[in-house]
Amino acid sequence: MKTRDQIAQSLANAGYIADTELATAISLMQLLRRPLLLEGEAGVGKTEVAKALASVHATELIRLQCYEGLDQAQALYEWNYQRQLLAIEAHRGHADQIEDQIFSEKYLLERPLLAAIRRTVPPVLLIDEIDRADDEFEAFLLELLSDFQVSIPELGTINATSIPHVVLTSNGTRELSDALRRRCLYHYVDYPDVDREARIILARIVGASASLSLQIARLVESLRKEELRKVPGVAETLDWAAALVGLDVRDLADAPEVVHETLMCLLKTQEDRARVTREVSARLLEKVA
Amino acid sequence: MSCCGTTPELEDMDAVARLVASRLSAFLHTLRDNGFAIGLSEGQDAATLMASSLVQKPGLLRSAFKHLFSARKSEWDRFDGLFDSFWLNKRVRSRSLTSGSSKAANSPSLKSLQDSSAAHSSPQTVTDQVPSSDDTPQEAGGEGRSEGASRVHNLPDVDFRKLSDPDQIAQAHEAAARLAKAMQTRLTRRDRLRQRGERLDLRRTIHRNISHGGVPITLVKRRRKDKPLRLVVLLDASGSMSMYTAVFLRFIHGVLDEFREAEAFLFHTRLAYVSDAMKEKDAARALDRLSMMAQGAGGGTQIGESLQTFNRWHAARVIHSRTCVMIVSDGYETGDAVLLGREMAQLTRRCRRIVWLNPMLGWEGYAPEAKGIQAALPHVDLYAPAHTLASLAALEPYLARL
Repeated sequence: MKTRDQIAQSLANAGYIADTELATAISLMQLLRRPLLLEGEAGVGKTEVAKALASVHATELIRLQCYEGLDQAQALYEWNYQRQLLAIEAHRGHADQIEDQIFSEKYLLERPLLAAIRRTVPPVLLIDEIDRADDEFEAFLLELLSDFQVSIPELGTINATSIPHVVLTSNGTRELSDALRRRCLYHYVDYPDVDREARIILARIVGASASLSLQIARLVESLRKEELRKVPGVAETLDWAAALVGLDVRDLADAPEVVHETLMCLLKTQEDRARVTREVSARLLEKVA
Repeated sequence: MSCCGTTPELEDMDAVARLVASRLSAFLHTLRDNGFAIGLSEGQDAATLMASSLVQKPGLLRSAFKHLFSARKSEWDRFDGLFDSFWLNKRVRSRSLTSGSSKAANSPSLKSLQDSSAAHSSPQTVTDQVPSSDDTPQEAGGEGRSEGASRVHNLPDVDFRKLSDPDQIAQAHEAAARLAKAMQTRLTRRDRLRQRGERLDLRRTIHRNISHGGVPITLVKRRRKDKPLRLVVLLDASGSMSMYTAVFLRFIHGVLDEFREAEAFLFHTRLAYVSDAMKEKDAARALDRLSMMAQGAGGGTQIGESLQTFNRWHAARVIHSRTCVMIVSDGYETGDAVLLGREMAQLTRRCRRIVWLNPMLGWEGYAPEAKGIQAALPHVDLYAPAHTLASLAALEPYLARL
C-alpha cells in the first residue's frame, strides 16, 4: 500500500497535476476499499483521474461507458448465442454432452464489469457517467460493488479474484441515489486554479513556455467568470494552448487577432461565440497580458 | 491525536480511546443533524481512519472525513466549516444550528402539514363550512370541511374566472378531470406505437423457440424500455391565483389519478407536497383536504423560495430523466426575483422540460412584466396560457412529443 505522499508523487509522474485532496482520496480508496465517486462539470478531467490512477497502480484500465438503456448484457456478461447455435447444429444427436458444453466459459462473453473482477492484478474500473444509466442499473451496480460476485444462472457464482479500484464519474444530469452515494467516497472535481491549470498546460503541451501557460490559464480563468452557457473545461484549455503553440504565438499580447480567432477552441456554442466580441476578448487580454 | 481535542493530562489510553469515540459519535451526530446521510458503516470507517496515521495532521483528517462523509456538492462545500467548528472550535456553531432544522423540511409529513394548516384556518377564518354527511374521521380533527377556494369560477371556452353558476362549475371540473384522463391514454398509446425493435434479442429468441427444438422460428426483437413520462405539477395557490386554483386542483387530481407517475406540489409562501392528499379517490374529498392546505399564510407568493425548497429536498426524488415540470402560476413574485431566476436555472439542469402555465396570459392586454416572470422566462421551455379548458387541451400534443 502506498502512502499519500507516494501517491501524489506518482500522480505527478503520470502527468496528472492533482489538487492536494485527490491524493488523500486515493489513499482512502485503498484503506477503506470503497469506490470513489467523482463529480464535477463536464471537462474538468474526471476521466483523467481514472487514467492517472491506473498508471499509479501500474495496472490496466477497464472502462464502462454508461448510457440510457445500458443493461446487464452489455455491462456484465452475455452468452455467445451465435456460437452456441452453431455448436448445437454441429453436434446434433449428442444432446446430453452439448448442454454442458455450450454453457461453459468458452461461450461466455466477458463485458467490462465481469472482466474487472476476474483479473489477477486488480485493475482500475472506470464507470463513466453513471448518471446516464437507468435507476435499475444503478441498483444492480450497488449490489455488485458491495459483494464483488456475480451469479450466472447457468454457470454458478463467480467470485472476484481481485477487487478492482472503482472510480465512478457523474456530470450531475440526474441525481444519483443516496444509497450509491453513501457507498462511495466523494470527491468534487473543480476547475483548477490558475497555477494548477498553468502547470497542466506546461506538462501536457510540448512547446508551451511557462509564461505563455500562465497567460493562457489566466485568460481562461477570467473567461470562466463571464456569463457563458458552456464554460470551457480543462480539455478545451489544452486544445487552445495547442492551437496557440501551433500558430507560433509566444505572447498573447502580441497577437490579439489570433487570440480572438482561436477562441473557437474554448467557446462551443453560437451564443457564447456571439457574446465574446472583439471588445470583450480585448478586455480579457488586457487583464492578463 | 493532537487534533481530537483530547486533553493531554489523560494518560490512561483507555480513557483517551473512550473520549475519542464519544467525540467522534458526537461529530457524526452533528453531521446527521446537518442533513448528511451517514450510516453505521461510515462510522466504522471513520474509526478506522482515526486509528490510521492520517490523524497526525488535522488538515489530512479533515480531507479524509470529507471524502468519506459527503455525498454531494452541497455537503462537500459545507463540510470544512462543520469540521472546523466541531474539532477546532474555529467558528461558532450557529451555522450548524440554522440548518439543523432541515430534517423537518426534508419530509414534511402529511400530518404535520395538515396540523399546521389546521392551525392557520381556525374556524372563524374558514369562509364556508359544509357539515360532513359521512363521518369519516379526519386527521386534522373535527372542524368540518372548508370549501375555501373550490367555490370559484370556470368552463370549456370561457375564462375560468367568469363562471358563476354552480352547474357550470361542476361541468368545468368534470371536463378538467376528463382531459387529464384523455391525456394519459393518448400519451401511453403513442409510446406503444413508437416502440420498434432494433436488434434481435437472442436470449429471448432461443427461449421462445425451445418448443421448436431450438430452431429460431419466432424472432424476438430487442426493444428499448420506455420510461413513462412523469409529470410534476407545482401549483401556485396564492391569493392572486385564487380564481383559478380550484379548477387546476381538479385537473391535478385527474392527472394524479390517471398518470402512472405524477407528483403534485402546492406553493404560496412555502411549498407543500400534496400528492398523498390528492390520491384520495373521491375528488371532492381530496379537494377539501387540499383547500385546507392551500389556505396557508396567504401573504404573497414566494416562488423563488418555494422552488429552492423543491430543488433542495424534493427534486432528487421526484425528477428523473423523463420528467416534465409544470408550473402553474401568474408569476407575481413577492420575494426575491433573482433567487427565482437562479432556482429556475438549477431546475432546468435536472428535468427534461419546464412548462409554465400562466392563466393571466389569456387576458387581453396582458404582458409578462412582473419581475418574477421576467426572471423565470429564460429557463422555461413552453410558456402558455391556461385560462380555459381549451388552452389546457392544447398542451397535450406538446407533452406527447417529450
